[in-house]
Amino acid sequence: MHEIFFYFLVALTALSSLSVVLGRNPVNGAMSMILALVGTAGLFAMLGSYMLAALQILVYAGAVMVLFVFIIMLIDIPATAAYRHHWGTLVAAILSTLTLGGGLTFLFLAPEFRQSMPEIAGAASNGSGLVFSSQAVAYGAGLMGKYMLLVQVVGILLLVAMIGVIVVSKDLRATNSGKSLPTPPAN
Amino acid sequence: MDWIQLAIEAGFGLAFIIVVMSMAGLTVVAERKFCGFIQGRLGPNRTTIPILGSIPFFGRLITRMGLFQLVADGSKFLFKEEIVPGHVNKFYYNLAPIVALIPPLVPLVVLPFGQMTLADGTIRQLIIANVDIGMLVILAFSSLGVYGTVLAGWAANSKYPFMGGIRASAQMISYELTMGLSILPVFLWANVPGSTEGLSIANIVVFQQTHWFVYLQPLTALLFLVALFAETNRAPFDMAESETDLVGGFHTEYGAFKFGIFFVSEYAHVIVGSGLFVLLFLGGSNFLPMLPNPWPIGIPGAILSTLWFIAKTSALVFFFIWIRWTLPRFRYDQVMNLGWKMLLPVAIANLVFVMVLLAKITPVAAQ
Repeated sequence: MHEIFFYFLVALTALSSLSVVLGRNPVNGAMSMILALVGTAGLFAMLGSYMLAALQILVYAGAVMVLFVFIIMLIDIPATAAYRHHWGTLVAAILSTLTLGGGLTFLFLAPEFRQSMPEIAGAASNGSGLVFSSQAVAYGAGLMGKYMLLVQVVGILLLVAMIGVIVVSKDLRATNSGKSLPTPPAN
Repeated sequence: MDWIQLAIEAGFGLAFIIVVMSMAGLTVVAERKFCGFIQGRLGPNRTTIPILGSIPFFGRLITRMGLFQLVADGSKFLFKEEIVPGHVNKFYYNLAPIVALIPPLVPLVVLPFGQMTLADGTIRQLIIANVDIGMLVILAFSSLGVYGTVLAGWAANSKYPFMGGIRASAQMISYELTMGLSILPVFLWANVPGSTEGLSIANIVVFQQTHWFVYLQPLTALLFLVALFAETNRAPFDMAESETDLVGGFHTEYGAFKFGIFFVSEYAHVIVGSGLFVLLFLGGSNFLPMLPNPWPIGIPGAILSTLWFIAKTSALVFFFIWIRWTLPRFRYDQVMNLGWKMLLPVAIANLVFVMVLLAKITPVAAQ
């Protein structure tokens, strides 16, 4: 029975990911991406990592994709718009695929990963999952203990990104030339 | 896991869905009756079925209570002609009602609906899946709930539904933060240092045997309630279907049974949300605050506690209806201002306050 679920989820994830890349309609793309994320969450759940599965749905399928859909609908890209594929895009795509593939291969070949394989496989086959990814308490303790520095670094990164967004979205030309920002019309 | 166990669990899930969907149907009638009462009318009181309606006492009682109206409404939705407007995106137009109905029903598996006292005095919470991430599961699926509304608004390919969909997603983004932040203080309070319960809802119910969170943390309860109203798209937050400025909102282009599914999914959402509020703040299946549970041992106790939980949930559903017919709808900018400028800062301050309070009053146990 596990095999049936597994192959179903793998097919779902793979097909919807393909549809994200190949489809022309942006709303179709967003919906396929949600399906792909839910499929990945299902794969996490099959490995016993319920915590990760719930977070995957909550953060990515629930919050990030709502924003995506919101923006896509707000700027209203016509579904029939012909996308020209630039050479730059192709180069960037190949480079990022190679980087990701190389990194994953490096990880899989590393001796530490080989050593931890039996532990991961054992945890997945008896349905309990690794402690860190299945229990809320262990996950929180890990974040606040062992990986505290990384959490702080990511926090600072997000803060920088947020300040960047505020700076970019402000109309700097209006303020640079000494004029105040135009006041919005009264409601 | 073998097939038999899977079938039993699926059966429980199906039973749960049947209960919630029948409650959703009854809530529709209750909404019409209470609305009539609040507005000084009688509400539906004449629909009747020929033979059943002429039973001496009960036939007349049921007719006057408007319960036959439920059957009439349902069959009207079923037998109406399904009109699909020519300008819609057919695939997403048909998909949207399904997407709207599923998310309120999935979290049922992690709601502890009752408790059973075993012969040796141990108490078991009745729950389909007792996972330590129950609250996360509920938040995850309630965050998926907005896609039904958004898809319906977009697929209708027309101005007003589209506005409804956009509003729904903006409101959802704004109020999900408050909801998450107003749940954290409860779990902080219930999880003493060293506890391994995590985000389990059953643990919250066990904790509330003597004291309920509604008076331990009144501000948290209020914040959660407001966020719940916004998440369920109920008045005064029903921006997505505000019929004064958007015709019918996101379901303007829908008719017949597809509209019925949207309608029922809203009530299913209200019932599940009420159940969640009861579990988190009103003690779940525990009897009353500061009183020991009177549930007898075994199955009778399980049934009584479940009925008590359903009674509390129904009371809160009534509160939802009461609010809808009492408060006027907010304007859209008021909803956004309330969410970002009032509720979110108050929720953060409340969380910090509870953290400091707990650090002061609990002894430092975990060294």
